[in-house]
Amino acid sequence: MISIRNVSKHYGSFQVLSDCSTEVEKGEVIVVCGPSGSGKSTLIKCVNGLEPFQQGEIVVNGISVGDPKTKLAKLRAHVGMVFQNFELFPHMSVSDNLAIAQIKVLGRSREEAIGRGLKLLDRVGLSAQAEKYPGQLSGGQQQRVAIARALAMDPICMLFDEPTSALDPEMVKEVLDVMVDLAQEGMTMMVVSHEMGFARRVAHRVIFMDQGRIVEDAPKEEFFGQPRSERAQQFLSKILQH
Amino acid sequence: MGYHWNWGIFLAQVPSGGTSYLGWMLSGLMTTLALSLSAWIIALVIGSAMGVLRTVPNRWLSGIGALYVELFRNIPLLVQLFIWYFVLPELLPERLGNAYKEINPLLQQFTAAMICLGLFTGARVCEQVRSGIDSLPRGQRLAGLALGLSGPQTYRYVLLPMAFRIIVPPLTSEFLNIFKNSAVASTIGLLELAAQGRQLVDYTAQPYESFIAVTLTFMLLNALIMSLMHRLEARVRVPGQGGHHG
Ligand SMILES: Nc1ncnc2c1ncn2[C@@H]1O[C@H](COP(=O)(O)OP(=O)(O)OP(=O)(O)O)[C@@H](O)[C@H]1O
Ligand SMILES: [Mg+2]
Repeated sequence: MISIRNVSKHYGSFQVLSDCSTEVEKGEVIVVCGPSGSGKSTLIKCVNGLEPFQQGEIVVNGISVGDPKTKLAKLRAHVGMVFQNFELFPHMSVSDNLAIAQIKVLGRSREEAIGRGLKLLDRVGLSAQAEKYPGQLSGGQQQRVAIARALAMDPICMLFDEPTSALDPEMVKEVLDVMVDLAQEGMTMMVVSHEMGFARRVAHRVIFMDQGRIVEDAPKEEFFGQPRSERAQQFLSKILQH
Repeated sequence: MGYHWNWGIFLAQVPSGGTSYLGWMLSGLMTTLALSLSAWIIALVIGSAMGVLRTVPNRWLSGIGALYVELFRNIPLLVQLFIWYFVLPELLPERLGNAYKEINPLLQQFTAAMICLGLFTGARVCEQVRSGIDSLPRGQRLAGLALGLSGPQTYRYVLLPMAFRIIVPPLTSEFLNIFKNSAVASTIGLLELAAQGRQLVDYTAQPYESFIAVTLTFMLLNALIMSLMHRLEARVRVPGQGGHHG
């Protein structure tokens, strides 16, 4: 579904990604972790072409992301993305947040888009909030709306960039629950997160990044059993402390 | 001292006949309104377009926006007006230049002043629009693009609606400025409100009545625009986003 082959990226002389390679099969859930500044966000933004890269190749569902001929908007329409800061559109009601891209990108009628949106709101447990505005919701609710908004586009895979790290602790669970459901239904997911409980529950593989490199890419059992690299061991012991 | 107040002067006939001094003032007011509003439309359209250009990733396009602002914001307004009115017609191809000089001088003055004020204010609007867009979280643009919206769609549906809401207050003061700045048009002979006021001073011995009338009219215009813009601001206020109504 997603293959990342020898991808490198630099800003001027600063190397953000060095020779990163990995594969995400259909239905697989991959958790990406690593210290701040290691390039996790950059890597998943390369997957839907939000960040350009200079070397290597990324193929999503048979389409090469780096190819200048690729219609990126068309590809992105079917690759869901969830951001750390939710990024709902504040001037639109929840319902319009869910409908806008369905209408403008997929060409659905307004009724159809609103209807589909409501179904997904129900799925994330927020059907009562359809007419509210993002500013009137809690962080956890906003993030669940953001997930519903991405799902409304019928994505073939979902990218998450630290979806719970901006949330108050008591709201983390409601968002993770939605993500666990998604994973269990077989959604292909690439999740940047330090929620190791989530990783243990649903991840198939865990990727550990450090200084722009994929240092570790191992099945979950192996990763949590005994990471091979010392950097990953240190990192794990640090974040598992709390 | 013994200044002789005479508010009835406004009803007196002007020396050339056909209208009263009040008629002069009203026609001045009309010119000021027409000039300011038409220039404001130009400023909004060009300023918004250029403001958007300044924020697009493409260097050439954002360069065009930057050049526009540098040019029109840094040359004094009066100089710009003289360029539009006196210099530019000479630079036009001869046929076009002559055709321009044939048209009604009043229309020439009005057009030059309108374009001049419009582009001058447009440069200021451009900077407001740019800062409005820049003040939005970077993730908003990414979220729009990530949903498959095109660049222009992302501006149209995601960035501009919020950016414009944010900049209503500074745009209000630009809108007010355009009325004040419209008075420079009197230097090329356009009889807008301030010019009519001065004319009244020249023809009658009642300068205070004239200045008071002009000042009050400008103040009234100001109050009117402020209240309109406040209403607009309240109307477009986003629920749950700060403000007084939560
Ligand atoms: N536009 C940019 N110009 C220069 N350097 C950048 C730019 N964007 C990101 N970087 C650098 O690239 C590196 C990787 O950034 P990235 O956001 O991918 O890290 P991350 O692993 O997601 O970190 P975090 O956990 O803090 O989110 C960082 O060192 C960052 O400073
Ligand atoms: Mg990050």
